[in-house]
Amino acid sequence: MSTQIRPAPVRKSVFVDAPQNHAFDVFTSGIGRWWPKSHKIGEAELDKPVIEPRAGGRWYQLGVDGSTCDVGKVLKWDPPARVLLAWQLTADWTYDPDLVTEVEVTFTPEGSGTRVDLEHRLLERIGERAETMREAIDSPNGWGLLLQLYSEASAE
Amino acid sequence: MTNSSRVFAALNDPTRRAVLERLRSGPKPVGEIARGLPVTRPAVSQHLKVLKEAGLVDDRAEGTRRIYQIDPKGLGAMRAWLDQFWTGALDAFAAEAERSAKKEKE
Repeated sequence: MSTQIRPAPVRKSVFVDAPQNHAFDVFTSGIGRWWPKSHKIGEAELDKPVIEPRAGGRWYQLGVDGSTCDVGKVLKWDPPARVLLAWQLTADWTYDPDLVTEVEVTFTPEGSGTRVDLEHRLLERIGERAETMREAIDSPNGWGLLLQLYSEASAE
Repeated sequence: MTNSSRVFAALNDPTRRAVLERLRSGPKPVGEIARGLPVTRPAVSQHLKVLKEAGLVDDRAEGTRRIYQIDPKGLGAMRAWLDQFWTGALDAFAAEAERSAKKEKE
């Protein structure tokens, strides 16, 4: 018997004391100024993320040596109200072109500033992909190990 | 510690990963998990306790023994990790958006 596990989307909201268009620009074209440095994907030092400002644009990490590592892409580009991103990282932080989870970020004027709502959804797809990544089991702190263990345990 | 950092701390140990590996084939009592591992049985019990607190394994009583198994709620642990990741990322984003907005005004 297989148990389908469907995690609820991750939803976060934050109020920003800045105009809507400014908040949108900092989130997208300014992502390299705030993205946590500890979450790099490539091997190169001091990489920073880049979101190409258009539908179909790439979302990638840029290394100091000029190398790039894909994170995902822009699915919908509606400045300054909304951006829909594809997060295509597996449980062990590697890019998988066949994996698409969605990160929708909306920017709503509220009082003197902007309310920013983020929803990361379709997380169950990470688990589905994890079932096929046998190599991830050796990753020392990868989620692949974890997810594989669970997907097998829950399939019994 | 938050749920997700607990998960990472729990996985960041070769013995605990070996314990999880053993539980892949099904629920087992402590003695069976410890067999062949280069650590004492009390040490294995201690590792199981850490894994349980991280939400990675679950246990149940069977007579006088405790049987350990992989907790199928593990996808929830991954979600908890992403939840924490986005909390930190959005806080950093808000701080930068406000800092740069203030600078533009000046």
